[in-house]
Amino acid sequence: MQALDRKLLRDFRRLWAQALAIALVLACGVAIFITSFGMYRALEETRIAYYERNRFADVFSDARRAPLSLAREIETIEGVWAVETRVSGAAILDIPGRSKSAVGRILSIPTSGRFSLNVPLLRSGHVPDPETTDQVLVNEPFAQANGFQIGDVFAANLNGQKRPLTITGTVLSPEFIYTIGPGGLMPDNEGYGIIWMPEDAVAAAFDMAGAFNHVSLKLRADARAETVVSSLDNLLEPYGGLDAYDRSQQQSDAFIDAEIKQLRSTSIILPPVFFGITAFLVNMVIGRIIALERSEIGLLKAIGYSNFDICLHYLLLAGLIAVVGIVIGWGVGSWLSQSLARLYADFFNFPFLIYRVSYDAYIISGIIGVATAAVGAIRSVLNAARLAPAVAMSPPAPPKYKRNTLDHALLALRLSQPTMMIFRNLMRWPVRSALTTLGLSLAVSILVAATFFDDSLDTIVDTAFYQSNRQDAVLTFTDEMHESVLEDVRRLPGVLQAESKQYYPATLRNGHLSKRIAIESSRPNPDLSRVIDSDGRVVNPPANGIMLSDRLASELNVRAGDTIAVDFLSGRRESHKIMVAGTVTQYLGLGAYMDMDGLSALFRQKPRIGIVNVTLDENQTDNFHAALKEAPNLAGTTMMTETRQSFLDTIRQNVIIMTTIYVIVATLITVGVAYNGARIQLSERARELASLRILGFTRGEVSFILMGETMILALLAQPLGWLIGVEIARLMTNGFTSDLYTIPLILKPATFSFASLVVLSAALVATLVVRRRLDRLDLVAVMKTRE
Amino acid sequence: MPDLIFRTEGVTKVYDTGEVKIYALAGVDLKLFAGEFTVLLGASGSGKSTLLNILGGLDHVTEGRVWFKELDLTQLNDRGLTWFRRDHVGFVFQFYNLVPSLTARENVQLVTDVSPDPMAPEEALELVGLGHRMDHFPAEMSGGEQQRVAIARAIAKRPEVLLCDEPTGALDSKTGIQVLEALKNINDRFGTTTVVITHNAAIQKMAHRVIHFQDGRISNVYTNDQRLPPSEIVW
Repeated sequence: MQALDRKLLRDFRRLWAQALAIALVLACGVAIFITSFGMYRALEETRIAYYERNRFADVFSDARRAPLSLAREIETIEGVWAVETRVSGAAILDIPGRSKSAVGRILSIPTSGRFSLNVPLLRSGHVPDPETTDQVLVNEPFAQANGFQIGDVFAANLNGQKRPLTITGTVLSPEFIYTIGPGGLMPDNEGYGIIWMPEDAVAAAFDMAGAFNHVSLKLRADARAETVVSSLDNLLEPYGGLDAYDRSQQQSDAFIDAEIKQLRSTSIILPPVFFGITAFLVNMVIGRIIALERSEIGLLKAIGYSNFDICLHYLLLAGLIAVVGIVIGWGVGSWLSQSLARLYADFFNFPFLIYRVSYDAYIISGIIGVATAAVGAIRSVLNAARLAPAVAMSPPAPPKYKRNTLDHALLALRLSQPTMMIFRNLMRWPVRSALTTLGLSLAVSILVAATFFDDSLDTIVDTAFYQSNRQDAVLTFTDEMHESVLEDVRRLPGVLQAESKQYYPATLRNGHLSKRIAIESSRPNPDLSRVIDSDGRVVNPPANGIMLSDRLASELNVRAGDTIAVDFLSGRRESHKIMVAGTVTQYLGLGAYMDMDGLSALFRQKPRIGIVNVTLDENQTDNFHAALKEAPNLAGTTMMTETRQSFLDTIRQNVIIMTTIYVIVATLITVGVAYNGARIQLSERARELASLRILGFTRGEVSFILMGETMILALLAQPLGWLIGVEIARLMTNGFTSDLYTIPLILKPATFSFASLVVLSAALVATLVVRRRLDRLDLVAVMKTRE
Repeated sequence: MPDLIFRTEGVTKVYDTGEVKIYALAGVDLKLFAGEFTVLLGASGSGKSTLLNILGGLDHVTEGRVWFKELDLTQLNDRGLTWFRRDHVGFVFQFYNLVPSLTARENVQLVTDVSPDPMAPEEALELVGLGHRMDHFPAEMSGGEQQRVAIARAIAKRPEVLLCDEPTGALDSKTGIQVLEALKNINDRFGTTTVVITHNAAIQKMAHRVIHFQDGRISNVYTNDQRLPPSEIVW
């Protein structure tokens, strides 16, 4: 080993604490990149492979009842490659050993026994004999959640007829990678199952012999989905077709797509922050080392080392720091992405997960990591190379301080000399001070942007669950019912209160803008399911108007007082011009609300209901469920108490994980910036501080100067960090907002104080560690050395 | 007989490097009196700087005792030594050790801010002939000027002792003499006990007493009957 290499390794060992502080910041960036990029690739590739292997359809549509012969016509639509029709229905399930009722979605298995599209993947058992009427396949998560074995039996209320069904096999389907039952907010594998039954049996149960009510299409590669959708709508219109939709509106795919997009933007947005901070820290540390080793550089040149040798020597030092960071980042990233991939595979019901170690992610992050360190070091390194040997061996000129306007202002404040030293030093190195402040403020902003979610979710939960939806359970009927059914519900055991509601699928249009949603209609002044405006007041839609959620109104570009066209997709399928009566703030879904009597008058019919909200006597819950299992025409029940709980549990868990991760990340950034800043200050000012000690300043007074500078920058970083954090939070709420959720930007003082507390504490601890070196300062030795 | 300021008894300082023990001081007995201007002479490594550091409370003895008036310095902890330096001692070093971010006046103020009975920074700077350079930063001054700021800083708190380690070591003879003038001026006006370490034998001519060091011991002490003013010293 050459002497210069030995010096490199010894320098690196001496600098280990500073190097590690920088390496950890870089490691964060690399790990996040590896994780999100790796996850994004894994999820995307898995989805593509799964869809391809199991021929997931491109276009879907529901209809009331269309003749099977229509399938041939659908096949002739230009661009269509394959068509599969099926019968689909809803059923209340009675699962042995479970007191509560569950909800099932019944789908038909083609008579041939072979699916051409949306092919379920058999996980265990076998496909039922097409001739049988009591054998079914169930989706694997449902079977696992309920502990079902092949051969187990449960009962289903099929169109009013309770029938025992035997499980012959379990499957996974590309259609149901992410499954949410009607009225649910989270997947509930125990309470919601997908059930495949031989077509003849389903058709008989739902009175659909020779007909279908759902169709899936696979398109040719060159086909345009929009034109196929509109041709399909035309064909299905006479048969009660509800507007066809493509994959983007297919529930399961929409959720996965949102997740993939989020991962992709995370891998693009977050890592550069860490790389930037790393470059700054490397710049600071290498710059200082080169300043300290000025005479050594002169000596090396005098001996005959070339400028290239000198450059390489210091670049390698930066490179070693980068290598440590990259290796840690790779390690943490590999571990995180594999455990997250497993979590995803569980959360989304994929039958397999293509987790290929993407070497390019490692190579890319490695190259970026090394380049980051090189960029950080290059200026100082080139300066070192430019030093003439004779100049390098003489001491550098003392740093120049000059009076400026700010200085006069500080003088007017009559600050103590130590305080003046702090401020003058900050002004002497404005770029370094600014970058240090920026680095620390990024740590603050990461915490603000991560923790505001908690308050936002509290608001969502409060509005959605305690202000708007106060019912204990929601009963969904298979058909539109006469309002008198409300009386039947009231007579069920344990029911304290019951209120009716109905959803009307409709397309709202304003000019070229349109949106397919479900209009909710109810009686005035409901107590259980209420529409709440942004001020928390209960709002009743007027008899002759429609209320829209803010987001829906803005998507349609309408305001209160405007008129929109409403194409109803059920019942008489009429189109009406309806005035927008007002808008309401809503966090979950896209809501549109009308008065039940007003709507009935529009349809010239008696009010119809499809939903009943109830409150329950807790002691009678079991009796209530027992009665439901026998009730005809019931398509589903949603227990809001459970929905609330599972929503809250999931959120809490996520919030705790998120907060922990971001606190660690922010602490690493803060320590990286503050520790290195203080170390460099100590190195630059050792003589100065030792002089003060000799003059009779106490350790505390001298520490004040050392720590004061970093802490002043840390304080300055707070408001800046809050501002950046709010902007990031705003971007995140915009980015995460979809037709499924609107995230309100709720910023409470606690969010800011928490972020500041973490960053200031971390900065204080980092500088205190450096302060301990001050105690070990050899006063005599420092004074004897010439700077 | 003038008051006794410093008294040392058998002061020994051993640097233990693990393999060898180096005796920087090997039993030094010394008395320094109020108002005295003493020059310590000796080769490098003879122990004069070590003694100065011990007298100034910057270093600890290995054996022996040191008194400042009645105060036993060898019994003080780090905090006690800090207060001793703060209240009684002024230091001047070869490399001026000014704070580059503070002007001449502010460098002096550093000391006056924490002293119980300081003179005005302006007065201290006038004493060293720098009344016209008060608002300049160290980078804007010559070496001699910087050293004189260091002296002003050392004397501004009206110390009883002024300890100078090679105060002219980094200066040419002309500026060196200006610095010596300043030191003599302080000694004459305030009666500050002044100890100057130097390699420069010519400087001994201005001292009351000259102490020679060799191998960690005092080898010779003599008193100047006739002191020369700095302006007549040539090197």
